[in-house]
Amino acid sequence: MPVIHDDKVKKLEEIAVKVREDIIAMLLEAKSGHSAGPLGMADIFVAFYFHILHHVPKKPDWEDRDRLILSNGHICPVRYATMVEAGYYPRTWLKRLRKFGSPFQGHPERERCPGVETTSGPLGSGLSQAAGLAYAARMDGKTWRTYCLTSDAEHGCGIFWEAVMFAGRNKLSNLTVVVDRNNIEIDGFTEDIMPLEPLREKYEAFNWHVLDVNGHDIEAFVAAVEEAKSIYEKPTAIIAHTIPGRGVSFMENKFEWHGNPPNVEQAKQAMHDLRTLGGKIRSEHE
Amino acid sequence: MMMNSRMYFTDNVFEREKLEQKPTRDGYGQGLVIAGEKNKNVVVLCADLTESTRSLAFKQKFPDRFVQLGVSEQSMAAIAAGMAMAGKIPFISSYAAFSPGRNWEQIRTNVALNNVNVKIAGAHAGVSVGPDGATHQAIEDMATMRVIPHMTVLAPCDMIETRKATIVAVAMNGPVYLRFARDKSPIFTTEKTPFTIGKAEIFNDGSDVAIIACGPLLHEALLAAHALGKKKIYVRVINNHTIKPLDEKTIIKAARECGAVVTVEEHQVLGGLGGAVAEVLAKHCPVPMEFVGVQDHFGESGEPRELLEAFHMTAPWIIKAVKKVLKRKAN
Repeated sequence: MPVIHDDKVKKLEEIAVKVREDIIAMLLEAKSGHSAGPLGMADIFVAFYFHILHHVPKKPDWEDRDRLILSNGHICPVRYATMVEAGYYPRTWLKRLRKFGSPFQGHPERERCPGVETTSGPLGSGLSQAAGLAYAARMDGKTWRTYCLTSDAEHGCGIFWEAVMFAGRNKLSNLTVVVDRNNIEIDGFTEDIMPLEPLREKYEAFNWHVLDVNGHDIEAFVAAVEEAKSIYEKPTAIIAHTIPGRGVSFMENKFEWHGNPPNVEQAKQAMHDLRTLGGKIRSEHE
Repeated sequence: MMMNSRMYFTDNVFEREKLEQKPTRDGYGQGLVIAGEKNKNVVVLCADLTESTRSLAFKQKFPDRFVQLGVSEQSMAAIAAGMAMAGKIPFISSYAAFSPGRNWEQIRTNVALNNVNVKIAGAHAGVSVGPDGATHQAIEDMATMRVIPHMTVLAPCDMIETRKATIVAVAMNGPVYLRFARDKSPIFTTEKTPFTIGKAEIFNDGSDVAIIACGPLLHEALLAAHALGKKKIYVRVINNHTIKPLDEKTIIKAARECGAVVTVEEHQVLGGLGGAVAEVLAKHCPVPMEFVGVQDHFGESGEPRELLEAFHMTAPWIIKAVKKVLKRKAN
């Protein structure tokens, strides 16, 4: 039996397009922020908030919810947009990304925005916090799971590997890390700057279960998470291969789009790309 | 000499040789066990320094609530933040030179900006670590912690007070930094001596000059006050165990009534207790001040007393600072 029905996958893919449109609109309004990472992770965020997580959008502090920790806080537009689509926040908040007094800070803040779980931005420390949550949950016999989304480049941080060791040593099978393996960081390609490969073998050496998956294939991603849940006595790392800037032709795989927002013209082109699925269909907006 | 009787000191406060001496870290260890008995959410994380930080007793009593991390202070702070988000009250134990020395950013972002209930225990604070030398002597920790919003900073004066500080840190919700020392120091307070976070206590009455001190050097301040009292210089000695939030009222009142202030701390004079007091007084009641502490240099190997002497932090040096500030007051 498939882990997710075809019809549902179609529905999630449609939501992911909507989330990408929201991301472009938010960044255009904010006039600063990150484009490539959020677009690349839209499918995975939608899979989490619309299929995987046990959560109650209207009750973000529900005690038994699954915890989703975003370690690389700079891709928060995709989290905000997905959570708006899921009913956590009003749509009007999308216009307030990075604005003074906004719950949608440039990097997410736990104290200002209920539901984001933790404050993040400085790279590398999300997995430690996720491991702390998973460890505490196990101490108390809780069944909720902890997921941690990370970038690939933040594996350069020493603290990251401290947490990998800790989770492996403590057999935190209720913890799953999802690595956004998009191969780019601010200054260029990860393998040029500080190579991470062989990444799978690194995790395995620390006693983790590792899965590679296409990060834009929702069905495959959901199946990978299901497999992670079934693994005993090991945390699981899902290395999700993604295309940064996914869905916007001129942003895809361009590290120059790591930390920049689109201007008006570029946003128009981006919306066209998204609404026509890269020119494959005609958009009702045009 | 007007010792404040409401402070319930031990006998023989001014006879150093007659006082029982124990390290403040022992108070931390005992406090952890008491706090652990009172509250099942208390957990202790340690980065490979279980015995010397005195976390061992807690580990033995509550093995399931003790988490060994190995040498990894950065993840220790962040893991503790995660555990606090799940309702635990984690203490993270290491030497202050490493935690908060090495993990300042994790403490800032994951603990303080998140405003979660993590207690940071900085052992081996001050130069009285002794022979280990400058690398292990944390004398910047109060400065780096007090500059962070949401953070409470405590520097108790003896073993008994450190035990109390550990217990009350659990009673309050929010991040706390608690510093204590390796070497033994005189026990001069008792179980009955008041201790409230954010409330400085007047240990000795006087109005010629005020000494505002924290940590084990407070006893040196009392010895200095005692010696000066014999020469009819009456010194108000304030136990300022809470560096943040500072008891501004008591400090401003002392400056107003005494007209001169000396601060005493086993810490850099830049940014610690002296800096905190100076900030308040510059705004509300500027008076001549002198600063006893480490004068912008690193420590080095040596015996604890030898180092306190060499860095001008013992009673005779406090007396010198008092005389100097009194001269400035007279002018």
